[in-house]
Amino acid sequence: MSDHREAILGRVREALRRPTDPHVRSTSAPATSEPRAWLPAGGDTHDDRVALFAEWSDKLKTSFITVADESQAAGELARIAAEEGWTSVGVHTDPLVQACTGQLTVSQLSTDGGYDPAELEKCDAGITACDALVAQTGSVVLTTASAGGRALSVLPPHHVAIARRDQLLPDLPSAYELLRQRYAAAWPSFMTIISGPSRTGDIERILVLGAHGPKKLTVILVG
Amino acid sequence: MSTPLEQFQHDAAQVAGDGDQRQFLRSSLSGYVTTRRGTQGRFQDYTSARAAAAEIKWNAIENLDKLLPQFADNLEARGVKVHWCRNGDDARKAILGVIHAHGAKSIVKSKCMTTEEIHLNELLENEGFEVVESDLGEFIVQLRGEAPYHFVFPAMHLKRGAINKLFKEKLKSADTDDPEQLTMIAREVLRQKYLDADVGISGANFGVAETGMISITENEGNARLTTAMPKVHIAVMGIEKVIPKLDDLALLLPLLATAGTGQHLTGYNSQLGGPRQAGEVDGPEEMHVVLLDNHRTRLLADQEQRDALRCIRCGACLNVCPIFKNVGGHTYGTTYQGPIGSVITPHLRGLSSWKHLSDSSSLCGACTETCPVQIDLHHHLLRNRRNSAQKQGGVLESLQMRIFSFVMRRPWLYGLGGKLGRIGHVLSRPIQGTKLDPLYKWRATRDFPDPAAKTFKEQWKERRR
Repeated sequence: MSDHREAILGRVREALRRPTDPHVRSTSAPATSEPRAWLPAGGDTHDDRVALFAEWSDKLKTSFITVADESQAAGELARIAAEEGWTSVGVHTDPLVQACTGQLTVSQLSTDGGYDPAELEKCDAGITACDALVAQTGSVVLTTASAGGRALSVLPPHHVAIARRDQLLPDLPSAYELLRQRYAAAWPSFMTIISGPSRTGDIERILVLGAHGPKKLTVILVG
Repeated sequence: MSTPLEQFQHDAAQVAGDGDQRQFLRSSLSGYVTTRRGTQGRFQDYTSARAAAAEIKWNAIENLDKLLPQFADNLEARGVKVHWCRNGDDARKAILGVIHAHGAKSIVKSKCMTTEEIHLNELLENEGFEVVESDLGEFIVQLRGEAPYHFVFPAMHLKRGAINKLFKEKLKSADTDDPEQLTMIAREVLRQKYLDADVGISGANFGVAETGMISITENEGNARLTTAMPKVHIAVMGIEKVIPKLDDLALLLPLLATAGTGQHLTGYNSQLGGPRQAGEVDGPEEMHVVLLDNHRTRLLADQEQRDALRCIRCGACLNVCPIFKNVGGHTYGTTYQGPIGSVITPHLRGLSSWKHLSDSSSLCGACTETCPVQIDLHHHLLRNRRNSAQKQGGVLESLQMRIFSFVMRRPWLYGLGGKLGRIGHVLSRPIQGTKLDPLYKWRATRDFPDPAAKTFKEQWKERRR
C-alpha cells in the first residue's frame, strides 16, 4: 500500500510558502499567558476545592462522599453494595482499592493481567483508584496505569472512583502538569477525564444518564 | 438530477414552510443558548480564553508542516500505524485494507464527521460488513438511512414519537415515548456490538503533536467502549486537528464543551496514544491513525481564508444562525452544516456548485461573535461571494446592474418607474399570490409592502413650500 506522507507534507509546505494575509491574522493577544487567569476558578484551599467538587458533583449527578479514613470508605462501599444488591464487582490491584474493598462480601473480578470482557460486563460495579480529582470541573482523572485498564471504569453500570485527600487538584492545568510529571517518560496508552456518569441529550435534548457507560458515578474522597 | 443549488432551494422552502418543525428547532436551540450563557459566565475571562484558543489554533495551522510530522513520528514510536491519505479514495482504501487484513466482519463506530465526509459507511456496507454507529444520535439517523442533521446533535430534528416509531419498526422494541427508555433500548442493542466487534472506528477532536496522542470528546462513553473493546482501533482525523502541546487541552477542552453543548466539560475527554502497551491489561492490539487531507491543503493555500481550518467543530455557529434555524440541517446537503459549512464546503467540494451556501446568509455576524476560536465567519461568506463573482460574473447580473445604473443616472426615468410601479401594484392585486404574479417568487412567502402614498421627492417639494 502506498504512503502519501511526502505528497501531503509537500502540499502543506507549498501552501504555507504563502504567508497569511495580515488583514485576517488576528493579533488580539490575551492580557496574560496564564490560562488559570481565564478559566473558571479552581479553589485556593483544600476546603474550597472540596466545596467546589461537591457543587459540580451535584450538577453532574455524581455521588460525592467524603470520609475520614479507609475503614469509613470501606463502610460506605458495603452500604452501597447492600443498597444496590451487588453480587460481583470488578477491581484492580491498588493499595487504596484493596483497603476499601476488604469488607465487601461479593465476588471480585480483578482485571490485573487480563480478564474476560463478558465477565466484567456482568459486574455490578467497577471500583478503581485514579490519578487525580479536579475541583474546577468536578472530574476524575484516570489512566490505564492508575485504574486497572480502559474498560473497568466504563463497562460496569456503576463506577466507584476512590481518591486520597492530596489527589484533589484545583484545575485542569494542574491535572495535566501532574500527568506530565508522572508519565512523560512512558505515557500510558489511555488517559481520560471523567465528568459525571455517562450521559446523552440526543433525544429532544433531554438528559438521560447511562447512555452507554456507567449510569452511576460515585467518588469517594478519603482523608 | 438536480444541482446542489436546486436541491437547496427546494428543501429550504419545504422546511421553512413547516411551522411545527421550525418551532421545535427554535425551542431546542434557545434552550442551548440559555445553558451556554450560564457556563460561559463561570469563566474568569472568557474573552481572553477565546483569544488564547484562537492563537493556539493559528500557530498550529501556520506550523502544520512541522507539527504533522512530529505528531506522526510520535504515534509511530508508540506502535501506531499512520496512514497519510490525500483524499477520500486513499482513506477508504487504507481503512478497507486494515479491515481485510484482520478478516474482520463487524465494525462499531463512534461519531466521526470525517468518515461522513468520505462516505465510509456506505462503502463498508456495500462490501458486506456490518457497521453500527454507537453514538445515540448517529445510531438513530443511521437506522433512518439519513445523514446527520447537525454535526454535534445528529438527530436534533426528531421528536421522541418518531424515534419510538423507528425503534419499534427496526428493533422490534416495546412502545414507549420516554427518552430514558428509548435510550436504554439503544444501550441494550449497542452493548453487545462493542463486545462482538472486531474493529472500532473513531474520530479525533485533537491530535497532540508533542506526545503523539489523539483526544476524543464525548458524553455517552460510546467512544471509550469503541476504542477499548475491539482488537483493532482505527481513528480517522483531518490534518487540521493537530495542536502543539498536551497542556493546550486544559484550555481547548472546556472551551469546546462550553461553546458546543453549553456544558462545562463533556462527560469524557480521553487521550489515546497507541495500542495496548507492555504491562497494560486491555486495549486494542493495533491502532491506526488515518490522516486525511481531502482538500484541506487547498484551504490552507488560501491566504485569506486558511483560518477556517482553526474550526474545532463545536457547532456553536449553527446553533445561533438564523438561516440554520429556518432551513434546518439536511437542506445544506453538506457534511458540515451552518455557517462553517457554508465557508468551507466551497473549498472542499468546489466553489461553483456550492457558492449558493454563502449567498444564503443574513451576514448578521452572530456566528463570528459566538465562535470560540474567533473565525471571521461572516466575512469569509462575503469573501466566497466575491470570489465566485470574480470567477464567473453572471451575464444576467451584469445586465441588471447596467440597467440599474442607467436608470439611477436619469432622475426622470426613476420617477416614471416609481409611478408605473404604483399603478402596477394596484393593477396586480387580483393576481397577487398566483403564478401569474410577476413578483410571485417574493410574494409566495412574504408580503410586498404597499408603496407610500407620496414619494420622498413629492414630500420634499411640499415641505419646502
